Amino acid sequence: MSTDVLICGAGRTPFGRSEASGRQLAVGAVNAALADAGIEWSRVRAAFGGSDSAGLADTLVAQLGLTGVPFINVKNGCATGGSALVSAVNAIRSGMADVVLAVGFDKHPRGAFDPRPEDWGLGAEYGSDGLMVTTQFFGMKIQRYMYDHGITPRTLALVAEKAYRNGGLTPEAWRRKPVSAEEVLESGMVSDPLTRYMFCSPGAGAAALVLCSPEAARSLDGPPVALRSAAVRTRRFGSFEVFSPWIPGGQLTSVSRDASAAAFEEAGIGPGDVDVCQLQDTESGAEVMHMAECGFCEDGEQERLIASGVTEIGGTLPVNTDGGCIANGEPIGASGLRQVYEIVQQLRGRAGERQVPGEPRVGFTHVYGAPGVSACTVLSR
Amino acid sequence: MDGALIRMATDPRSPTVAVGLQGSCCSGCAVTAYPAEDACPRCGGPAEPAVLQGTGRLWTWTVQRYAPKSPPYQAPPGGFVPFALGYVELVEGVRVAAVLEVDDLDDVRIGMPLTVTAGHGVPRARPTTPGEEGS
Ligand SMILES: [Zn+2]
Repeated sequence: MSTDVLICGAGRTPFGRSEASGRQLAVGAVNAALADAGIEWSRVRAAFGGSDSAGLADTLVAQLGLTGVPFINVKNGCATGGSALVSAVNAIRSGMADVVLAVGFDKHPRGAFDPRPEDWGLGAEYGSDGLMVTTQFFGMKIQRYMYDHGITPRTLALVAEKAYRNGGLTPEAWRRKPVSAEEVLESGMVSDPLTRYMFCSPGAGAAALVLCSPEAARSLDGPPVALRSAAVRTRRFGSFEVFSPWIPGGQLTSVSRDASAAAFEEAGIGPGDVDVCQLQDTESGAEVMHMAECGFCEDGEQERLIASGVTEIGGTLPVNTDGGCIANGEPIGASGLRQVYEIVQQLRGRAGERQVPGEPRVGFTHVYGAPGVSACTVLSR
Repeated sequence: MDGALIRMATDPRSPTVAVGLQGSCCSGCAVTAYPAEDACPRCGGPAEPAVLQGTGRLWTWTVQRYAPKSPPYQAPPGGFVPFALGYVELVEGVRVAAVLEVDDLDDVRIGMPLTVTAGHGVPRARPTTPGEEGS
């Protein structure tokens, strides 16, 4: 068995629109995580972090302190936070360092998500003819899933309704006003069957974690949470991804399925043991499909599970207790660590109004993004 | 699998009209791709050019309800109108992204028979007329 890795500090900023720069947000999250762990920056022996479009993490030393710490930049799209976390875990297990920082942050300038066909290896006609729109992919993936597995538009609306309700319980969330399922359904079709309020928006924000070896954790006061596993995977042949001129026939493969299975195997824990989880919800359909892809239910069971409140904070499998991406927005580099922050709060019993009852012991996080990458973690107390 | 591929660029019945799609097929694992790839995306082996028939059924779809950002999008001369798009599962097994040319967006259904053609721009699919079916 490899060395345990413990999360001793977690911090985040509010997400949404911000006057602050992405780097300023990152410094805020790092200082919050250090304070949570009860340590000074000078105690950190290695750092990993990054953003998608808000600058280089290693330049944060100018604000945090020039201690000489090795600070390694990570740039891995939606898996930036997850990849920083995997690197931090490996730094501890290898003996490189006993106290390690992982930080993710972002602030997306207007047009940050305007893809160019040539950057994706596609002919110019895919752009000029209007097929380079990310929402189309999300609409088409859940459209087929609903056809195959009997999911209704009302279920998609219930997912969004829950996200806004949980966002209202989360002080740092962006969207905090309740929105009813009816309002979600009537908010205007964007890419059938997905409506406007079913989508998350790009935003600004940062999250940071302090990870420790067991020896280093013993010298700190707070209740640590064990990071049982962290796994990152890229897609295999046969998956359905954004901006694909074609996809292979037959059963789809899923990088989320692969990454979650790897995380559960490494942790020696199964989806049935999880008390609270965070699943990538770029839009409502993603949360529905990821419940099955990450092993929490069979395809099609979501229709019944969601209607009966299983994924609510008081349910047997609370999903996205902080409102997820739909209520927090998606600063790409920060999203994965925001999820881990939330699970850490839940497992410590410090989640305030949104605390899952019954003292949850095991948590799970999952991010997914283009062009077919997923990062998952399993945590326990 | 090979028999499903017509290895000619034009339909002999109407030689002036290009039919089918210029795809590729791996000789090793029979993976069909569109647009054509030099190497098989599954096994990395060489892929041979292959013309795909273009007939199939709608596998999934959505509607683009608002004008995509321009550039890169170029609205048609009459201005943007919402359009349907989807993936058509061809008889060769590959699912090809295409704009759906349907008279009424409310008529789009998974499983509907479609014929995909390639000309200027992205592939376009229109409902297969009864005479074309099974050809
Ligand atoms: Zn091959």
